[in-house]
Amino acid sequence: MKNLLKLLRYLKPYWIEAIGSIVLLVFVVLMDLAIPRLVQQIIDKGITPGDLGEVKRTALLMLGISFLNTLFAIGNNIASVNASEAASRDLREDLFKKIQEFSYSNLDQLKIGNLIVRLTSDITILQQTFRMSMRIGIRAPLLILGSFFLMYSTNAALTLKVIPLMLLTGVVVLFFIIKLGPLFLTVQKKLDSLNTVLQENVAGVRVVKAFVRRFHEEQRFEGVNEDYARMNTVIQLFYSAFSPLLTLIVNAAMVAVVWSGGLQVIASTLTVGQIVAFVDYLNTAMAPLLIMVTLANALASGIASADRVAEIFDTQPEIVDNPQALLAEPSIRGRVEFQHVGFYYDDALDERVLEDINLVAEAGQTVAILGATGSGKSTLVNLIPRFYDVKVGRILIDGTDVRDIRQETLLAAVAVTPQDTILFSGTVSQNIAYGRPDATQEEIVQAAKAAQVHSFIQGLPQGYDTLIAQRGVNLSGGQKQRIAIARAILCRPKILILDDSTSAVDVETESKIQAALDRLIKGSTSFIVAQRISTVLNADKIIVLDKGRLVAQGTHAELIQHSSVYKEIFDSQLGDGNHTLQDLLGKKRLKGAAANG
Amino acid sequence: MAESSSKAPVNITHAMRGGTAGNPGRIEKAKDIRGTSQRLAGYLKPYSKTMLVVFLLVLGYTLTSLAAPYLMGRAIDEFIANKDVQGLLRTVVLMGLAYLATNLLQLASNWIMSTTTQKALKQLRTDLFSHLQMLSLSYYDHNPPGELMSRLTNDIDVINQAVSMNITSLIASVLSLAGILVAMFALDSWLATASLLVVPLTIWFTTFIAKYSRRGFRELQDGLGELNGTIEETISGQRVIKAFRRNEYALETFQAANETVYRTGKMAHTYAFLLMPLTNQIGNLFVITLAGLGGWLAIKGLVTVGMIATFISYGRQFIQPVRQLSNLYNNIQSALAGAERVFEILDTQPEVEDAPDAVALDKVSGDVAFENVNFSYVSGVPVIKNMSLQAKAGQTIALVGPTGAGKTTIINLLSRFYDVDSGFIRIDGTDISQIKKEDLRRSLGIVLQDTFLFSDTVMENIRYGRLDATDEDCIQAAKVADADYFIRQLPQGYQTLLSERGSNLSQGQRQLLAISRAVLADPGILILDEATSSVDTRTEAHIQKALLLLMEGRTSFVIAHRLSTIRDADNVLVIRQGEIIEQGSHQELIDQKGFYYNLYMSQFKGQII
Repeated sequence: MKNLLKLLRYLKPYWIEAIGSIVLLVFVVLMDLAIPRLVQQIIDKGITPGDLGEVKRTALLMLGISFLNTLFAIGNNIASVNASEAASRDLREDLFKKIQEFSYSNLDQLKIGNLIVRLTSDITILQQTFRMSMRIGIRAPLLILGSFFLMYSTNAALTLKVIPLMLLTGVVVLFFIIKLGPLFLTVQKKLDSLNTVLQENVAGVRVVKAFVRRFHEEQRFEGVNEDYARMNTVIQLFYSAFSPLLTLIVNAAMVAVVWSGGLQVIASTLTVGQIVAFVDYLNTAMAPLLIMVTLANALASGIASADRVAEIFDTQPEIVDNPQALLAEPSIRGRVEFQHVGFYYDDALDERVLEDINLVAEAGQTVAILGATGSGKSTLVNLIPRFYDVKVGRILIDGTDVRDIRQETLLAAVAVTPQDTILFSGTVSQNIAYGRPDATQEEIVQAAKAAQVHSFIQGLPQGYDTLIAQRGVNLSGGQKQRIAIARAILCRPKILILDDSTSAVDVETESKIQAALDRLIKGSTSFIVAQRISTVLNADKIIVLDKGRLVAQGTHAELIQHSSVYKEIFDSQLGDGNHTLQDLLGKKRLKGAAANG
Repeated sequence: MAESSSKAPVNITHAMRGGTAGNPGRIEKAKDIRGTSQRLAGYLKPYSKTMLVVFLLVLGYTLTSLAAPYLMGRAIDEFIANKDVQGLLRTVVLMGLAYLATNLLQLASNWIMSTTTQKALKQLRTDLFSHLQMLSLSYYDHNPPGELMSRLTNDIDVINQAVSMNITSLIASVLSLAGILVAMFALDSWLATASLLVVPLTIWFTTFIAKYSRRGFRELQDGLGELNGTIEETISGQRVIKAFRRNEYALETFQAANETVYRTGKMAHTYAFLLMPLTNQIGNLFVITLAGLGGWLAIKGLVTVGMIATFISYGRQFIQPVRQLSNLYNNIQSALAGAERVFEILDTQPEVEDAPDAVALDKVSGDVAFENVNFSYVSGVPVIKNMSLQAKAGQTIALVGPTGAGKTTIINLLSRFYDVDSGFIRIDGTDISQIKKEDLRRSLGIVLQDTFLFSDTVMENIRYGRLDATDEDCIQAAKVADADYFIRQLPQGYQTLLSERGSNLSQGQRQLLAISRAVLADPGILILDEATSSVDTRTEAHIQKALLLLMEGRTSFVIAHRLSTIRDADNVLVIRQGEIIEQGSHQELIDQKGFYYNLYMSQFKGQII
């Protein structure tokens, strides 16, 4: 609730609309309530004494009120919609900006999927809560209170008689409000599990077919389907009882009014018009009661969403610029040094991902990083552009601690192709130029050529102007990876990081990319995370990670001699190491001879 | 008064799900409204007796709800005016009984109806699911999983929401409209005519507003779609945005979409929310007409005061169903549109079907032959061209070639995920189109590159290979596949729950589980798609070992990326552009110095210093 109320500050810039809509609403309600009063007047002062003039006057007055009321209602509607839509727009934007500030560790912690849900469904729910509270939340209590007041002023004795029944309605409404929320949640959960099974069967259709598991899956679905249907039935039974029960009580009140009011009329302490008005007031108080349940539910989900949104607002971006951050030297050369670097993720404190890493990459060198899954390769390269901060030790670029460089400057010097290739909807050109939107077409083509993706792009229907669908679903893994590489090349970075970014590219193409990289960004320091040994053979330095520790470094020739881990990897991929090496050397001679001859 | 009793709960249900009265959301119309509603109604057919009961109940409470205001009018005119306490008491008791009957009958009909519709809807979902299971892969190719899913889940939800409550409301609304009309005219044709003046106004207002708000909502929906797309893309790409310093650009894109949603949302909601205050005003107008006109008539002695009270009561009751019908119309429209899409799926014929005289396949020895096979996913773009190949039982066949050459397609055809355009594929001499699909697939063990795991325990995921396997069998299979070691290190061992699609395991571990499955299935023919990457070398060594064990004595087709696999293969098929361009053993192919030789050599180019 606290978090929901906090969000009210988004209405502040639109306070004129917000207050205006409430004021208008008060008038609307007052006028709505005046109608039964005037009907009573027509009956008692016009019809009963037979005064036609009074009937006409009152009817015209009612018409006037009704017309004015319509105008006020429209005004209220416009003002409240304006305020709530604008407020939710601002809220959504603030949330978006906040997420933009987050560092990688924040993203890990809050999970991308969750963030998307916050920005989409949670905001939509909050918007609805805003809207509903502004329209119904204020109107309903006003109407209820107003009708009670009028009932009381019409006839106090009669009002006191129906009060117990009205209290009973209150209890019923409360009961439903309390019970219904959790029920809706349960049914939502059942629907979620139904959708999960559906989702798995749609996405995993190949496996289901391959293992001939139709029957099994149908049974599984039957289970969740049954659950969902049962829960749905429960909620429908419960829910559909609400309206009849509530109206039953209100109807009882009406019967009571006609009976005891009738007796009063007979005793001449009440007029017929008053009975009619009284019954109408009961009705007027009744409708908002029914809607209160809706409102309560909207509030409940609004509170939940507000809490989730608040969680994001309360998260502090982990990596912020050090106040004294220097500008990195514009002529950054690209020497990278790790000194006793240690790292662990915050959610697994006891699990060291990297430990005591010492490593020097001279400017212009190519460093390849090999190691088992989970040995810390990606983490190691992610520390260089400060996607994460080291926990122990430090990383120096040209002798300056990365934490003393403005991240903006640092990121400008580094280009990364992440493990998961992410492309954006837009043309191929726009995607390649993502890191340097001002690049010329020639530069884009050149980068694409280097990434060996030029001829593929040319074969596309609109060439470089072909639209890539969201997240590049219309491209294969290898094609996406090569576009991502072109994107990084185009940045002409001082430091290039390829995080296992050629895994879906065949070996031949990969070696062409390597050659092009050597040519095109000769001065850059490159870090290449790889699985295939053929990728790393040519590096100036190969480092081997094992469970977060650097177990070997050197060139291929050195490592094959001295590192058993390296040799093991080599053997597993290229067969018996020595033999192959000899083979290859032999081939080289052969090739050399062919070239000479 | 009885106005309230005719207010079926549907408005509230609808609002509770996030809509509001008069908020039609996106209204899609079914193309064939009649056919679709009939077919949807068909799901209620088994409950026709129950439906009849519901109809009678609704009819009952419509009548009693009409009786109550009439009784009230009589109480005022006859008994209160004549100071007849006895008569008043009788009438009041009758009124109470009428109300009680109304509410109880309403409750009963609601309950019966919701139980019944839930049963019917469940059947619809079951049908949908089993049909989805029958559809061929080509259907899934044309309908990307994300899209298909959002359509299915949305449709299921929409149909559920609309159908569960609306049928009773629909019947009730129509009946009470008719009832009120009849009652009003029977009581006093003057007042009845006067009241009806309001009806065209209501209808005009409702349709006018509905038209504009519907247009507004359509625009809003498009805007929201774009905004959500933008959000999904930017947030998923957050890391890249950060790395390439494009935050500002991302913000601009977002702001543009956000602004559109704000603008269209304002329009749509302004119109939609007009509906309620305006119908309120129409209700007031109704009361005013009755009071003014009725007052005049009463003074002339044409009507009584009690009659005016009765009419005001009917009037409030009358506006309700009119308003509700327009709401219902929208709900039912979108339900029908959803149902139509569901029926479309149900009507999609599975492309690959068992031949009527398909034979059962018991134990295969594993001879596989392709004879002049042609295939294309999209007609005119051949993927496999006149391909013939032979694999003897127990042989290992390595498929080598660049991406897009058609290697995966060969495997798809062999598993009969797709049918060949022409030519034959034979297993042990039998054309596979003559073998029962399920038997065929049971005899094949398929280990795909991207291992699909279900959100269930590790044990159950392995058991997927053979459902009747015991826990012991599963563990044994995991041991053979060298997966036992890492499984035991998981927090709950074999009982560890895998999160969605096994995202809490590494790719290598997932592959080991897939191999365990295949071991458990013990197929006659093995199909492997070797992973290119993402598996670290040590796990790879495990995988390699497990695969060798698995392949022993079985005909194996391997889309090969590892040199060792290729070397050990009995026959290497080099595929390019849908054709086998070279075949033979590794050594033979090297000696040929052709395409394969170049492919092989390119692996080591960089190494030669």
